[in-house]
Amino acid sequence: MTDPALSNPRTVGPRPRRRAWAVIGERALETVIRASGVSAILFVLAIFFFVFREAAPVLFSDDFNFLEFLFSAQWYPTSDINVRYGTWALTVGSFSVTALAMVLAVPFGLGAAIYISEFSGPRQRETLKITIELLAAIPSVVWGFIGLTVMSRIIVALTGAPVGVNLLNGGLILALMSVPIIVSIGEDALKAVPDSYREAAQALGATRWQIVFRVLLPAAKNGLLAAVLLGVGRAVGETMAVLMATGHAVHLPHSLVDSVRTLTANIAAELGEAPVGSSHYQVLFLTGVLLFCITFAVNLTADLVIRGVRRK
Amino acid sequence: MMDAHGHAIVTRGLNLWYGPFQALIDVTAGIPHGLITSLIGPSGCGKTTLLRCFNRVNERFAYVRTTGAIELLGKNIYDPDVSLIELRKAVGMVFQRPNPLPISVYENVVFGLRIHSRRASLKRADLDAAVEQALTEVGLWKDLKDRLQVRATTLQLEQQQKLCIARLLPLKPEIILMDEPCSTLDVDGTRGIEELMFALKGRYTIVIVTHNMAQARRTSDECIFMLLGKVIEHTRTADLFLSPKSPRTAEYIEGRYG
Repeated sequence: MTDPALSNPRTVGPRPRRRAWAVIGERALETVIRASGVSAILFVLAIFFFVFREAAPVLFSDDFNFLEFLFSAQWYPTSDINVRYGTWALTVGSFSVTALAMVLAVPFGLGAAIYISEFSGPRQRETLKITIELLAAIPSVVWGFIGLTVMSRIIVALTGAPVGVNLLNGGLILALMSVPIIVSIGEDALKAVPDSYREAAQALGATRWQIVFRVLLPAAKNGLLAAVLLGVGRAVGETMAVLMATGHAVHLPHSLVDSVRTLTANIAAELGEAPVGSSHYQVLFLTGVLLFCITFAVNLTADLVIRGVRRK
Repeated sequence: MMDAHGHAIVTRGLNLWYGPFQALIDVTAGIPHGLITSLIGPSGCGKTTLLRCFNRVNERFAYVRTTGAIELLGKNIYDPDVSLIELRKAVGMVFQRPNPLPISVYENVVFGLRIHSRRASLKRADLDAAVEQALTEVGLWKDLKDRLQVRATTLQLEQQQKLCIARLLPLKPEIILMDEPCSTLDVDGTRGIEELMFALKGRYTIVIVTHNMAQARRTSDECIFMLLGKVIEHTRTADLFLSPKSPRTAEYIEGRYG
């Protein structure tokens, strides 16, 4: 109370006004921030528009059958006499590799997230987190190398399959790539559970495992679901590693050691060789649109599921 | 569950350190059975720490170290053969912020039964009965009997806090520890919890930590005044507030510090 302005209100002058440039600067910043927020919508629409524009002509041409495009397994884009644009084998390839990857990655990823968040000591936790982030930073082409060399040899040696680059190889590589994402998002979700829940359960005499299964998993289920779906997104969209590891055969797989080709790998491999504007080129763009629709559906379902869970 | 002197809990020479900091210094006290005992004192005096010793919930943090003894029915709870799970069944705890689990009201009440019994031994009818009995005992049954499946975290704070008390009851605890149970509640909520404490008194030994001296005076039979980790005075609440023996107690209850 030594400040005279505080002890004697009458000496306080008029409030200083803010400078004009400060006000303008703030408005400008606000506009920029708003624009960057809204731009996400714009980008999504623009990407969809441009990809669709390349693909559109083939949709309306006479010798193109949309049902065949979706559900035929015959993909002969460069044949002279029997051109066929059926992507069913590619869709099945994408889904089977992703499903296999998730079967392997989800238990491992969530298990690791639970261990890091609930059971490890502080030093071990830091070490593990840094290592896992490092794992996430490995470029996908390097994973492709590992699939092509190390993993394929192991698979041939263990299963006796004729080729080592196949569904199993691609699934394993994709699982290894998705685990870091599932772990780090899942760990964040578990860490976000208020400590008071753990304390409450512990004070009631719950063991660590009971706390994990009865308190943390129900409390964090939205976040854990998000972690899994981000893993799925990573797996569906991955291109280079699956291109190198799956064997690249357009073929409906009958076993784990059959070679497959995914939608993404197909686009990456063939787009460079398709003449611009040819129907092959346009069909490849249409495959892109299909991929876009699939990921959109996955994300939308995820969103609805999470909202549904939340409302309950 | 009491010893020859009618004590439910006896601490003997209890010392506790958080890392290098000693939070409890040679605490020796007897908590009477079936009554309400309040722990008062300024922030940082160790009253919450002492409370959290009684069901060893402060051992969640690895840097806590304890010496001395706490006896429940003549049994030292720091003995190596004591089961933490059984101890925490017998000594329930209510926290400062209501912390019902993010599951339904029903599941909150039966949570203790579920974690302490084998799945096969739990019959739906028994669980239903336990829920009705526990919620009736805390006065929530009438309000919540049609809303047992709503998420417990959506209830009003007072209801949440009562639910936190209700979920201890199916485990048939001996002692209920309350750590400033009314600090987040309004006047009506506080009255509700205090009336509940009176209703539970006799069947359960209640220990309450409070910052609110008026509340200590209203609710408790005995009062322990602590300062800087030590017990300064422990006597009947009426005596402590009317004729405190220690000048430090007198100054605290007059509001000179704290």
